[in-house]
Amino acid sequence: MTAGDLGGYGPALAILAMAAATYLCRVSGVVLMSRVRLTPAVQRALAALPGSIVAATVLPIAARSGPDAIAGIVAGVLTMALVRNEVLALAAGLGVAAGIRLLLPI
Amino acid sequence: MSLPSSRPTLTLQGCLLGARMLVPVLPGLVVYSLAFGAASANRGLTLAEATAMSAIVYAGAAQMVSLELWQSTWTAASLLTVALVTATVNARFALMGASIQPWLRGGPPVRSALGLFFLVDASWILATRYREEGGRDLGVLFGSGMLSWVVWVSGTIPGYLAGSLVAEPRRFALDLVMPVFFAAMAVPLWRGLRASALPWAVAGLVGLAVQALVPGYLFIVAGALAGAFTGALVRDRG
Repeated sequence: MTAGDLGGYGPALAILAMAAATYLCRVSGVVLMSRVRLTPAVQRALAALPGSIVAATVLPIAARSGPDAIAGIVAGVLTMALVRNEVLALAAGLGVAAGIRLLLPI
Repeated sequence: MSLPSSRPTLTLQGCLLGARMLVPVLPGLVVYSLAFGAASANRGLTLAEATAMSAIVYAGAAQMVSLELWQSTWTAASLLTVALVTATVNARFALMGASIQPWLRGGPPVRSALGLFFLVDASWILATRYREEGGRDLGVLFGSGMLSWVVWVSGTIPGYLAGSLVAEPRRFALDLVMPVFFAAMAVPLWRGLRASALPWAVAGLVGLAVQALVPGYLFIVAGALAGAFTGALVRDRG
C-alpha cells in the first residue's frame, strides 16, 4: 500500500464522488435560477436555451460521427417536421443510418 | 414563455404519461445499459460497484468516461479527477435544470430535490416539449426519469454478466438513438427565424468550434450558453 492509497474503499469512494458531482450538476442550475429574477431578457435566454442545448449537443456529435449519423439526424428532423410524431421520426432516423451502414460498411 | 404560474402540479397520471412518452427511446436505453454493464465488467468493477454506480450516479456518458479513468489503487487525487471529469460531462444537466426552473417555482423544495435526481437527457427533452405545448404536470418530467432509472439500473446487471453476448448495437444504429431523438424533439420547439434560428445556429457553431479546440465535453455547455445569450439579445417583437 503506497502513500495516499485508499485501499479497499477506493471504488466505493469514487462512485460516491461521481454521484455527488452528478447530483450537484442536476440541482445547481435550478438553485442558481431560483435566485434570478425572470426579467424579459432572462425569459428570452431561457426560451432559447432548450434548442441551444440540443444544437450544441447534436451538431458536434454528428460532425464527428460521420455521414451515417448526419443522414440519420437529418431524416429524423425532416420526419418530425412533416408528421410531428417522435416514434416515426426516430424510426426514420435510425432506419436511414442503419441502411447507410448496411450499404457502405464504414 | 410561461407566466409566473401557480404551484406546479404533480400527479400519478402525469408520471404514467411521462413513462409512456419514454417508450420510443427504451430500445436504445436498454442497449446502452447493457453496454455499460459489459464495459464495467471488462474494467474490473465488481457487479455491486457497477450496479451501485448506475443506481446513484445514473448518467450514462459520465459512467462510460469514468471507466477510462478507473484505477486499481485510488488516491485523493484520482478521486478528485474522476469527480471533476464527471462534473464536466454532466454540466449540461445544470443548464437543463436552469431551463425548467420556472416550472418548479412554487413547488415544495424537497419534492424538487428528489425529482431532480432523476433528471436525464431524455426526460428533460420530453418534458420540455410537453411544457412547450402547454402541459404543466411535473409527473411527465419525474415519471419519465424514474422509468429510465429502472431500465438503466436493471440493464446494467445482465450486461455485466453476459456482456459479450450483446448484439452489435451499431448494426441497428441504436448508438444514435439519443442524438436522433434529441434533434427530432427540438422541431416542436422551433419558434421562427428570430427567436430560434439565430440562437440555435450560434449554439451549434460555438459547439462545433469548442469541440474542435478543447478536448472533453465543454462544447455542450459553451455552445448552449452562447445560444441562450444570443436569445437574450434578440427581441421577439420589436
